Amino acid sequence: MDFSVVIEYFPRLLSGAWVTLQLVLLSVVLGGIFALPIALARISPVAWVRAIPFGYIFFFRGTPLLVQIFLVYYGASQFEAVKNSIFWPILKEPFWCAIIAFTLNTSAYTAEIFRGAIQAIPKGEVEACKVLGMTKVQMYRRILLPRAFGIVLPSYGNEIILMLKGSALASTITILDLTGMARTIIARTYTPIEIFLAAGAIYLLISMLVIFLFRQIELRQNRYLGTQSIQLEDKS
Amino acid sequence: MIDLYGFGDQLLQGALVTLQLALASLAVGLVLGLLGASAKLSSVKPFRWLANAYTTVIRGIPELLTVLIIYFGATHVLMAIAGLFGYQEYIEISSFAAGVTALGLTFGAYATEVFRGALQSIPKGQHEAAIALGMGPVRKFYRIILPQVWLVSLPGLGNLFLVLLKDTALVSVVGLDDIMRKANIAVSNTKEAFLFYLVAALMYLVLTIVSMVLVSYMEKRASRGLVRG
Repeated sequence: MDFSVVIEYFPRLLSGAWVTLQLVLLSVVLGGIFALPIALARISPVAWVRAIPFGYIFFFRGTPLLVQIFLVYYGASQFEAVKNSIFWPILKEPFWCAIIAFTLNTSAYTAEIFRGAIQAIPKGEVEACKVLGMTKVQMYRRILLPRAFGIVLPSYGNEIILMLKGSALASTITILDLTGMARTIIARTYTPIEIFLAAGAIYLLISMLVIFLFRQIELRQNRYLGTQSIQLEDKS
Repeated sequence: MIDLYGFGDQLLQGALVTLQLALASLAVGLVLGLLGASAKLSSVKPFRWLANAYTTVIRGIPELLTVLIIYFGATHVLMAIAGLFGYQEYIEISSFAAGVTALGLTFGAYATEVFRGALQSIPKGQHEAAIALGMGPVRKFYRIILPQVWLVSLPGLGNLFLVLLKDTALVSVVGLDDIMRKANIAVSNTKEAFLFYLVAALMYLVLTIVSMVLVSYMEKRASRGLVRG
């Protein structure tokens, strides 16, 4: 094995990693924004309002991300109506197709995480809000959503790491993300083991960074729980 | 079956390959998961290091990258080994074998955590009772520990299997004739991308639903010895 190719091509791997980061950040932020209304609709007392997000979540969680990317990238361009529409400048770019597919996918997963968190809030807190005469909007804004945010953090961190790993699929639609860049380099140098291992190491580093960041945010967000939770944190 | 421009039965054959890949990887992954969990709970430190390194690395890198590393890397490694024995021809491993290895490794890493949690949830008294009855370590594991671990870990393993089922699509990238690649071929022949990828998606959905039903049946069966209060 000859790891000098890794050093030679390291700047290009890094530029691939930058594309990966852009993909993950954009789709996670957009997915998080979409997830909230989906989650709220999912716990609606009205049956038909519940049914729509249920179908949406079921489809995006039940099918491979690769199929979803291909549906957006190859599927959408098949229709003349799409090609003639104002969205075409966006939909013909592989990068934005990947963003669309990732956003739809992660919003389905995130909506389920949000729903779980909202439902995990003790009933007494909801009742306390009502007793204090809060309106529904006030209750969500002041109590339920901040509480849910604290509960949601660990699993949301996991979802971001899953998205980071899923972003490697962008390489299948010609995007030069970390994996795509690695594959291009290998096509030239024919050193798959060295370059793929280097790419894997960069992915590992990014996911460790995400885990570290989320642990810090979690400690801060849940600081009202007092020393008890921090002590538990230290033990583990 | 709907004809789908003549590609209907091709897609069904792809579904069969997808299913075979998923089940073979499941078998490999379950064994790796049990081994990994035992290693993590072992009193021998190097075993623990090894298991921790395994789960950290596999869970931290994308599944697609694992598939690519195994598929292209194995060829290199095998050729290097064969070269030592004077064999110079080109060796290529099948995409199915590479897929089973990569997905099995992935499933095993996540299953390690599931099994570890389950093993730790077995009360100490169960171990002591088995020993008191004169069971050896192997018999204790098969008769007492494993059935209880199975019950605790089934929901987690079920979720992992659903993830595995979807990850099988990645192996199409290295040329396995599964649902995904059959759909790709159909698309390049007919230019009906939306139709075929939608059909592929629906086929994965059906496989997912069937697996969910099976897992919930197995959960019921595994917990038949429990009295729920």
